[in-house]
Amino acid sequence: MQNHILSIILLTPLVGAIVLLFVPKENKNAIRWIANLFALGGFVISLPLVPWFWAKVDQPGFKFVEGAANNWIPSIGAGYLIGIDGISFLLIMLTTLLGWISILSSWEAIQDRVKEYYVWFLILQTGMLGVFMALDFFLFYVFWEVMLVPMYLLIGIWGGPRKLYAAIKFFLYTLVGSVLLLLGILFLYFHHHAMGNPYTFAFVDVTGAGTAAMGGVWASAASIATKWGLKYVILLFIAFFVGFAIKVPMFPFHTWLPDAHVEAPTAGSVILAGVLLKMGTYGLIRFSLPFFPAAAMHPTVRFWMITLSIIGILYGALVSLMQKDMKKLVAYSSVSHLGFCTLGLFALNPLGLSGSVLQQLNHGVSTGALFLIVGILYERRHTREISEYGGIASVMPVYATITLIMFMSSLGLPPLNGFMGEFTILGGAFMENRVWVFWAVWGVVLGAAYLLWLYQRVFFGPVNNPKNQNLPDLTTREIATFVPLVILAVAMGVYPKPIFRILQQPVETIVKIVRPSEYGTFNAHAGETAPPAQPAATPEGTR
Amino acid sequence: MTTNLHLWLIPLLPLAGAALNGLLGRGLSKRAVAIIGVGFPGAAFAWALVVASRFVALPFERIPYTEYILPWIAAGSFQANIAFYLDQLSLVMLLVVTGVGLLIHVYSVGYMEHEGGYYRFFAYLNLFMFFMLMLILADNYLLMFVGWEGVGLASYLLIGFFFLKQSAANAGKKAFIVNRVGDFGFLLGMFLLIRHFDSLNFADVFKAVSHYPVETAGAGLLTAISLLLMVGATGKSAQLPLYVWLPDAMEGPTPVSALIHAATMVTAGIYMIARSNPLFSRSPIALTVVAVIGCLTAIFAATIGMTQTDIKRVLAYSTISQLGYMFMACGVAAYSAGIFHLMTHAFFKALLFLCAGSVIHALSGEQDMRRMGGLRKQIPWTFWTMTAGTFAIAGFPPLAGFFSKDEILWKAWSTTALRSVAGPALNYTLWTLALLTAGLTSFYMFRLWFLTFFGEFRGGSADAHGHGDAHASHSPHESPGIMLGPLVLLAILSVFGGWAGVPHALGGSNRFDQFLAPVIQSSSEAMSAGQRAGEPQPEAAEEHAERNAELALTAASVGVAAIGFGFAWLFYFKRRDLPARVTAVLGGIYDTVRDKYYVDELYHALFVRPIVGISNFFWRDIDVGVIDATVNGAAHASQDVSDSLRRMQSGNIRSYAGWIATGAALVIVYMIWLGAR
Repeated sequence: MQNHILSIILLTPLVGAIVLLFVPKENKNAIRWIANLFALGGFVISLPLVPWFWAKVDQPGFKFVEGAANNWIPSIGAGYLIGIDGISFLLIMLTTLLGWISILSSWEAIQDRVKEYYVWFLILQTGMLGVFMALDFFLFYVFWEVMLVPMYLLIGIWGGPRKLYAAIKFFLYTLVGSVLLLLGILFLYFHHHAMGNPYTFAFVDVTGAGTAAMGGVWASAASIATKWGLKYVILLFIAFFVGFAIKVPMFPFHTWLPDAHVEAPTAGSVILAGVLLKMGTYGLIRFSLPFFPAAAMHPTVRFWMITLSIIGILYGALVSLMQKDMKKLVAYSSVSHLGFCTLGLFALNPLGLSGSVLQQLNHGVSTGALFLIVGILYERRHTREISEYGGIASVMPVYATITLIMFMSSLGLPPLNGFMGEFTILGGAFMENRVWVFWAVWGVVLGAAYLLWLYQRVFFGPVNNPKNQNLPDLTTREIATFVPLVILAVAMGVYPKPIFRILQQPVETIVKIVRPSEYGTFNAHAGETAPPAQPAATPEGTR
Repeated sequence: MTTNLHLWLIPLLPLAGAALNGLLGRGLSKRAVAIIGVGFPGAAFAWALVVASRFVALPFERIPYTEYILPWIAAGSFQANIAFYLDQLSLVMLLVVTGVGLLIHVYSVGYMEHEGGYYRFFAYLNLFMFFMLMLILADNYLLMFVGWEGVGLASYLLIGFFFLKQSAANAGKKAFIVNRVGDFGFLLGMFLLIRHFDSLNFADVFKAVSHYPVETAGAGLLTAISLLLMVGATGKSAQLPLYVWLPDAMEGPTPVSALIHAATMVTAGIYMIARSNPLFSRSPIALTVVAVIGCLTAIFAATIGMTQTDIKRVLAYSTISQLGYMFMACGVAAYSAGIFHLMTHAFFKALLFLCAGSVIHALSGEQDMRRMGGLRKQIPWTFWTMTAGTFAIAGFPPLAGFFSKDEILWKAWSTTALRSVAGPALNYTLWTLALLTAGLTSFYMFRLWFLTFFGEFRGGSADAHGHGDAHASHSPHESPGIMLGPLVLLAILSVFGGWAGVPHALGGSNRFDQFLAPVIQSSSEAMSAGQRAGEPQPEAAEEHAERNAELALTAASVGVAAIGFGFAWLFYFKRRDLPARVTAVLGGIYDTVRDKYYVDELYHALFVRPIVGISNFFWRDIDVGVIDATVNGAAHASQDVSDSLRRMQSGNIRSYAGWIATGAALVIVYMIWLGAR
């Protein structure tokens, strides 16, 4: 089963969608049960991957590889080739978990066109998993686009009042990015051929049974600079970057996000924030950095990447502060949080990069939970205006407590998860440039401001609005959606070491490609500024 | 490994109490909640005593004792563990926090009896103990930061405890955010440590630092780290310019003010600086900044304290002022004096707050001293214990505050740690201001004492302003035994607690200083390694002169305390008409001080309003007005282009013929142009 675990995880939601097609649409409860069964099944079936992956954690390259290059459409060199490394492993676990939670949370929220809803949701789930698994550009692009359609429909059909505007904006915006991405992929594809290789979209070489290493198209990416010049490397970097930056979204490509979030149904927002945005950062890590290291390390490029990240952090936080709609506030806070992720990413050192991935997971957990939290109130009151609320803590104490924990996770209170991510990202960035961190740290301060202010306005004070007086507290099903997220928020903060361990090997691979000198000189930082009298203060292991 | 201290038990016990009450408390009786809520911190205190007894028996080379629990984070070459660290400094803190903490928990059983959310209160209070003990026992800065932020969270929850009150919710938020501004410094300081020492571990960092010379020539790395850490400390320990949250924090229940906002949490910054003494001692610049900030805070807050009429606010400003003393002590490299004052202050300030709570309890919620008076008859236990606390804080010998404050004053006068930055004039200035503060302290504390307990009761009928509940119509009544017990114990500590550090000049041996010496030692090492190397040891005659100077300074500080008492007696006992006349004479100056120098208003105008303005501008003008408008504009533009292209496909043969003709004409023109070129 280990040999096919990835395909099983990938296809379980799809099978669920197909099964649903045969259930009559009037039978809403049966549809809900089946969808939940497959969603939960998809999560449960991914759990064995944890010990299996852990057993191979130090093995370099991609693991659990299935399929082969060029086996799908041999004439153009497209293959069904999937596999994972530590980064994609963690994102896949996040996806299966959040997929299940979102489907569970839709039970009562979705009453119209129930069958279509779950079918699309399950297809979306397969699309997202595929993006994280694909080791072939063609396959990757197919999943990348496949994912777009269900999300478009989820917003467009089950969304709020301005759903069409939001859905079309989301679709067109991401499509523009995708087109540039496709151009970039095609350039790599033809360049690879031009370098005397057979046509292929695979970007890895299968190195043995179930393993693969960077190779294929990637192998000739290094020769782009010599054949076409650095300018082309940078242009390619930009093409990929725009595609991914829109997804992240990085400032100034972010304006689709608040609209999409505000209009999307709760589960759609959870998936959108929790997983879809991570495709952007994943793409940056998987492709932009190792394929175009010369561009990533180019001072001008890097300056702009970092600048946009820091602007995103501060700008997102400041704009959050002023929002009157809870969901919009959380949406803008995502811009700020993802700014931290890209900051860590372009710090381009092990600390920053692993912090970035950790923060992506954290953001999935805490912002996913924040959207669920907003959804709970919305389902009860059908409004997200902050001013409509107040004193909810005395009406719904359990809900208030869970919200507090997730807010604290999101604003980076140690020892919860958000802090670990922010701390490692800022620590990594600090190694590169202190000025970056000087600015970025204010995002931590502002994060506390907008979330605590929101909490105060919604939960504290007297219950002035009579409509809020009899709101029921969380149901068992609702609590069930939060429990795994609360546990993760605590566990990932108190014991993040396994995650760093999982990330160590893939991060090292990427850093070695991008800046080969880093591993040689990293430790030298320690002794660099020691006074002359003291020859290299060597840090000692602490026990 | 012969002795295992099981330090992990100490923070874990209150955490267990918090979890039990938090999860199950709603269904439990008040009695059960109280037993859990007091029992677990009580057990932690008991274990801390066991630890203390075993610690003193530890062989010298086993100190600092460390206890490794869990690997925590390892990314890149950086790693940190969850591990505990016990030396003389953390032991003192441990005993103060668990001991005073336990007493305040016991007191709360009585005080909070009539409040809703009893279980929630104890869960939060225990949670606070957990984080505070993590802060104290941490073996690295990162774990310390966990406790640091955690106590902030607990404080947020406990200030906002009466969350129906808008002002309480505001105060909780303000405390958290202002502390976050301080954390900015703490975080950057940690990053500098990681960058240069690749570790946040106390032992590693201090060992590496021990090879660094004192930065006498100018600001260097250690100055930068120390100053950044100090920014964090000014937030937590309510120093200028980040003290603004503490007075507002008095919105919390009184036991919370006593425990968190007087005795323990706010001293975390002092503890952190004392813990980091190897860093600070190597940076005279940082020390000077710390000393000056502490000194200015002390006198600044003391002046405000003289004008407040809310009994808790007087104590709040007094706390800020006393924290200023501790800060100043650290600044003059007299860390053990700072910690000594921290300890005695924990006794008498906890006592004063709890007594104030007892007064408020007796008057069913009244906090305004203008509506008190003559209470010494009705609530004698509270009166006598508060008297002990008042004399202790005012610095009357031989009470606790006298010894600790006196030591700080003496060190401010005599230290040479700041010589490379400033001459003796700085010493004298610090000392003079500190002495003045001592006088003001004595004045405002006896003002409080006279206003509350002497003269006539000015409250009128109690139910006019009471809660309106069952006991509001009672006349002032003494608190129950469960509240008085802690008062009596704290009063005893306030009276005798200072005897642990009787200075040599007064015939003692300053055992407290000696006990802490191994922790602080590195400072004198740094001094000798840096600048004092080769200087001759003081001669016996010099020593004698020094002793006389110390005795003279002591006499001065007792003198100002007596003067402060005298003025308070004159103003608030003998000639009650004087305060009004003096305020009338002072006019605007008095108003400025009473309104806290308008600092809150200033911060609002300087920070809050601009941030709101910028945020609004970013959102409405940039985000909606520029970025999104551009995106939508691009969409509309492409729509327009395709629209006009669509119009060309009209299906009209003649228009097609026209287009063909135009095209052909253009081709011909182009070819002619090519030929003519």
